[in-house]
Amino acid sequence: MAKVEKCSCGNDDDGLLERLEEIIISFKEKPGALIPVLQATQSLFGFIPQEAILKISEILNEPLSKVYGVITFYSFFSLKPRGKYLIRVCLGTACYVQGANEILTALKQQLSIEIGETSPDKLFTLDVGRCFGACGLAPIIMVNDDVHQWVKPSDVKKIISTYKKQKEKNKEEAI
Amino acid sequence: MDINKYMHVLKNAGDLTTLYDTLLKSKEYNSEKIYICAGGGCIASGSMKVKEAFVSQLANAKLDGTLEIMETGCLGPCAIGPVVVIGKDDTFYQKVRAQDVKEIVEQHLIGGKIVDNLLHPVDEQKVSKKSELPFFKNQDKQVLRNCGKINPTKIADYIACGGYKALSKVLTSMSSEQVVQEVTVSGLRGRGGAGFPTGTKWNFARKSQDTEKYILCNADEGDPGAFMDRSILEGDPHSIIEGMAIGAFAIGSSTGYVYVRAEYPLAIERLQIAIDQALEFGLIGKDILGTGFNFDLEIRKGSGAFVCGEETALITSIEGNRGEPRPRPPFPAEKGLWNKPTVLNNVETFSNIPLLINNGGAQFAEIGTEKSKGTKIFALAGTVKISGLVEVPVGTPLRKLVYDIGGGISTNKKYKAAQIGGPSGGCIPEEHLDVPLDYESLNILGAIMGSGGLIVMDESSCMVDVARFFLEFVQDESCGKCVPCREGTARMKQIVDRICEGKGEMKDIDELEKLASTVTNASLCGLGQTAPNPVLSTLRHFREEYIEHIRDKKCRTAVCKELIVFEILDLCNGCQACKKVCPVEAIHGEKKQAHIINTELCIRCGLCLSTCKFDAIVKY
Repeated sequence: MAKVEKCSCGNDDDGLLERLEEIIISFKEKPGALIPVLQATQSLFGFIPQEAILKISEILNEPLSKVYGVITFYSFFSLKPRGKYLIRVCLGTACYVQGANEILTALKQQLSIEIGETSPDKLFTLDVGRCFGACGLAPIIMVNDDVHQWVKPSDVKKIISTYKKQKEKNKEEAI
Repeated sequence: MDINKYMHVLKNAGDLTTLYDTLLKSKEYNSEKIYICAGGGCIASGSMKVKEAFVSQLANAKLDGTLEIMETGCLGPCAIGPVVVIGKDDTFYQKVRAQDVKEIVEQHLIGGKIVDNLLHPVDEQKVSKKSELPFFKNQDKQVLRNCGKINPTKIADYIACGGYKALSKVLTSMSSEQVVQEVTVSGLRGRGGAGFPTGTKWNFARKSQDTEKYILCNADEGDPGAFMDRSILEGDPHSIIEGMAIGAFAIGSSTGYVYVRAEYPLAIERLQIAIDQALEFGLIGKDILGTGFNFDLEIRKGSGAFVCGEETALITSIEGNRGEPRPRPPFPAEKGLWNKPTVLNNVETFSNIPLLINNGGAQFAEIGTEKSKGTKIFALAGTVKISGLVEVPVGTPLRKLVYDIGGGISTNKKYKAAQIGGPSGGCIPEEHLDVPLDYESLNILGAIMGSGGLIVMDESSCMVDVARFFLEFVQDESCGKCVPCREGTARMKQIVDRICEGKGEMKDIDELEKLASTVTNASLCGLGQTAPNPVLSTLRHFREEYIEHIRDKKCRTAVCKELIVFEILDLCNGCQACKKVCPVEAIHGEKKQAHIINTELCIRCGLCLSTCKFDAIVKY
């Protein structure tokens, strides 16, 4: 399992575990708290680090095996850090019959990664989704929360470079 | 409408009526409006930029005091978004960009002349009025009554449309028995897929003597190709809250949960706003309208597991566990969430409830067929001209949906099939285009109504590949608890994979049918029990395509990779773009001379085809 050295978004993890502890305690009395707590963890760290699992298990008084079992059951949770941009190709029916597979192939080729992997520059993680409910715009891909519709395999290069530029722009602004 | 102005806790039913009357007389309610679709589809197409442009253009024209901009829920025709409706004359504009807004304001709103090039063409004619467009004219919007008319983030808008009147009526003048009776009379059946009578379900839970009961809303709309629940959540969330509160009263529950899938962030956001507002107005929470009835409502987010759309799996997930289904009986109405009597209905079902209470069950039952009442929302997608969200009376022929409302096939190819009901459903071929869309008629054809996802496919879709797609889906999403589903779908997928690769044998078809029957009969939950449907339905209506794949090693649509051949035509000008992009160096040829593909080396990735700018590469 990955260690928390740095959060996937590039920020330091300073204080994140303490904040997680507060979150877990605030949920403690709620029935069925485990999943909301894991969701909070996922959005706090960008993934679910080992230290967080230990803390959740301890405070919620749930066996480690159960916490781990729940994490691995749901596709929303990740045990590995993800890239800054999570690219999800919709493989729902409408997208599939309109060429989603070719988009996926083009993305794999452009990023030189497979499904579930993160690019070496930690910028992109490639994943697939099962219908985002935007079938009227098929085929679509989602980059974080942005929807890109009517995507053609030849559009992939441009979409990726837009996000690369965005990252550079953010960097410049930070300086 | 500015809700803060009207915000106060409604202490009794009279307060609600007074508020309703005040709202109807208010300046905001009576002002002319510009409706801008803020459904997920139109937002993705840029409707928020259009809205900003309207704000600044109206201010420039000094019209911002007289015209109100209304951000609405989904209007329906997602494919031609962003869409804008001008309230005063019902003009419908499609594909509006921010730079078009100036023209709309100056030419139309000030000059009174409609902007022709933004109208939706119908048979080469331009139709300006929304109500006259075939897409809208042929629908019967009941559940979607408010989608496109109100701002979903403002409770005052919902109340001004008669919202929460049904809840008030139920709490002040009906017994729980009467409510259940009304729902039973209406003939409403669950809109999540199986079509179980809602009244019967409520009655089971109502009769239970347990003091602790739960009401759950299934908003884990996982069927690929279905987005009606998303649109209701985003476009009219209060109708769900009101329906759930009525349900809670009917069964004697004071706690509800809405289980929304994580893939719908906007739906979660808008539903939460709606819940908070309902709480502020005292329409949920403690002592609602002074009647002593309490109802707490909370959102639980899904975490990306399709099986959680199954009722017992959803319950297990809310309890904080792996979302694995439980055997039934005991049914949730007896032992559901935390082993207490629980009613679980789908979003669309709950959204029907206020309507049915307001108009009475008998009137509700006038729409639809003998056994299936009311309307059904379908998510029309695939190769159809106007894809989007449509609502029609149950029993409307499929042809009407595809051709009259959807405008027909969007490509120059012919209709081949409509896949209805997602991974539990089936494909309807051309000869059955006139099938009435109701639970029974679809079952006879081996399909199901399901949640209402309807994907139209033209002749370029391979039906064996479609079956493979759904098998891969259910295989991936099978929770793994029971063997028939976990292993059976895997074995079925192996066989279909083999057929798609040209390695199938004729006996594979029998094998598939045998396995399908075992998986159907022996699986624990609905996911497994219906998982073989896409295979059985394509085998039934498109058997010859399976045979072609096996006997002739041919995929007539050139979809199945292993069975297709890429060829470079003589018109190739030797630009070498394909040669450079080929990952296995299967393309040869000198510069400025026609190239050749070595089919032995070719891995059929299709990169050459998508790279060629001269249409010189074909696949067959």
